[in-house]
Amino acid sequence: MSSKLSQKMGLGAGGMIGGRVALKLDPQALRRLTTGRRVALVTGTNGKTTSTMMLSRAVTALGEVATNHSGANMPDGHVTALSKQPDAPYAVLEVDEGYFPAVAAAAQPDVVVLLNLSRDQLDRVGEVRTIERSLRDTIARLRGCTVIANCDDIMVTSAAKDAHRVVWVATGTGWHHDSASCPRCGEPIRWQGEHWQCSTCDLARPKPDWVTTDGFLIAPNASKVALSLRLPGKFNQANAVMATAAAAALGVQIEEAVRRLRGVSNVAGRYRMIQRSGHTARLLLSKNPAGWSETLTVVKESDHPAVLVINANEADGRDLSWLWDVPFERLRGRTVIASGERATDLAVRLTYAEVEHKIVPDPLLAIDALPEGAVEVIANYTAFRDLNARSASE
Amino acid sequence: MSDSTVRIALVLPDLLGTYGDFGNAVVLDKRLAWRGISSEIISVNFGEAVPDSCDIYVVGGGEDTAQTLAVRHLRDNPGLQRAAARGAVVLGVCAGIQIFGEKFTRADDVTHPGLGLIDSVSYAGGSRAIGEVLAKPANGLFEGFLTGFENHQGRTELGPAAQPLAHVTVGTGNDGKVEGAVQGKILCTYLHGPVLPRNPQIADLLIEWATGVKLSPLDLPAVTRLRAERSKAAGQRADA
Repeated sequence: MSSKLSQKMGLGAGGMIGGRVALKLDPQALRRLTTGRRVALVTGTNGKTTSTMMLSRAVTALGEVATNHSGANMPDGHVTALSKQPDAPYAVLEVDEGYFPAVAAAAQPDVVVLLNLSRDQLDRVGEVRTIERSLRDTIARLRGCTVIANCDDIMVTSAAKDAHRVVWVATGTGWHHDSASCPRCGEPIRWQGEHWQCSTCDLARPKPDWVTTDGFLIAPNASKVALSLRLPGKFNQANAVMATAAAAALGVQIEEAVRRLRGVSNVAGRYRMIQRSGHTARLLLSKNPAGWSETLTVVKESDHPAVLVINANEADGRDLSWLWDVPFERLRGRTVIASGERATDLAVRLTYAEVEHKIVPDPLLAIDALPEGAVEVIANYTAFRDLNARSASE
Repeated sequence: MSDSTVRIALVLPDLLGTYGDFGNAVVLDKRLAWRGISSEIISVNFGEAVPDSCDIYVVGGGEDTAQTLAVRHLRDNPGLQRAAARGAVVLGVCAGIQIFGEKFTRADDVTHPGLGLIDSVSYAGGSRAIGEVLAKPANGLFEGFLTGFENHQGRTELGPAAQPLAHVTVGTGNDGKVEGAVQGKILCTYLHGPVLPRNPQIADLLIEWATGVKLSPLDLPAVTRLRAERSKAAGQRADA
């Protein structure tokens, strides 16, 4: 009922209101709803929704899975998802980094997937080192939990290192701009090829158990499995290998896990193609510098015109300084439209990147303004959400 | 300038680059290039010696730990201080304003010595100042208004040798009244945005200090439009 109300009021996809009411009535709801289930929590800055979907698909090999598909990744979203499937013996939950300590304490997970940590919404989420510290303290206290951690990410390695058991995954992805100094002791980190280590303390890249190579994973038993994903980009390969390692920790066979998760093609509207006025537009979500940097690599595979959509609502973070950390220079020579509520901030960034562009604040009109054919649309959080909803209804 | 290329040092972007501070260096570089003045950006990373031969130094904001490390590194490698002493131009943003002062005290009540480049002390305020800022020039230092986004807990008191950069209309700045500091050719501000893309007149002021060349304005419609939008948004913060 309240889910329907939430949908009607346009408050979201109905993923949260029911949970919010339940939590108000029963603050122990999350603990109660996870008791007796095998629980996996997925957190990190980027790739949470995709990895959660991949992992939940893989775990269906073992039985029914309760999961918060819609990206409603705070406790009320978890309660809603768990309440909808009270009998599912498995739960795979995407968790906002800021809520991770509270959710992990309540859910006592069997598996935690720690993807990556980089700057994101500094005015809302807080600074990366603060997040790393709170994840580290929480993870060290979890008993009987296996942490699946990206060892190419220094912050993640530090956060996961003290866990009861860690499975290290070399994903080949990591944002290094927030970790010049060691999160443990503050001294400089030194790099040598893919290996990194602190110049002073013992924090160093652990030997990976799983390795991501171009289009393949190498499992701890040295078997090499083709990923053949439908989703583009290196970061989705990283998500897939993290999800496979987590599924394996829960008892799914490796080939079986990959076979199931490879079918993921559209994650809450991400990577969805929309047809509009003679255009085929691919919708891509990017929320922060690390995400944009990866997405610009994906769109570089062709030279289609691009519509870039930027909002700065509370859920996006109101400080747009991060636009200057994104290498928009890579779009030089391409047809580009700056769009969204903060199109002008983006236009200034593009001006200094020497990327020619037009400003069309409405993203659908921006697509219409381009020559017919393929278009890449990259949007940040609320811009993406709104665009997805509008393009579905028009 | 020792030769015809303006050298812009981006100081410790790996520690003090949390708020897109790279953008300040890009704006200086492009505004020089578009006027036919050759320039280059030199990134000085954590663990590397700080050159004393650059013309403009850009220092950004960072998290508390990073800020402490940055001060230590800059004290151990005093190229920036030597350059400032001979009159090089320095821009300090957010953490910059705190570490350039005599000392700064954190929320944990620990006081750290600063670099002593400007006559100021900083301390932790009761609340975090977050939001759009609008300010008017102090002492006729620049034209028009100053716009930016602040996100800091620090407050700063200026001594007699330092002048404020601006008077706050909306937001907090140093103390709710004034924003930033200017002492010789060192200019500090709490504002991100970053500050130079939003305030081209400040970028050109720094360039003029460094080159001695009087610059003609550049017409960038997106920048004009952005300033109008942000000024309006700051007005809405004031009304809220």
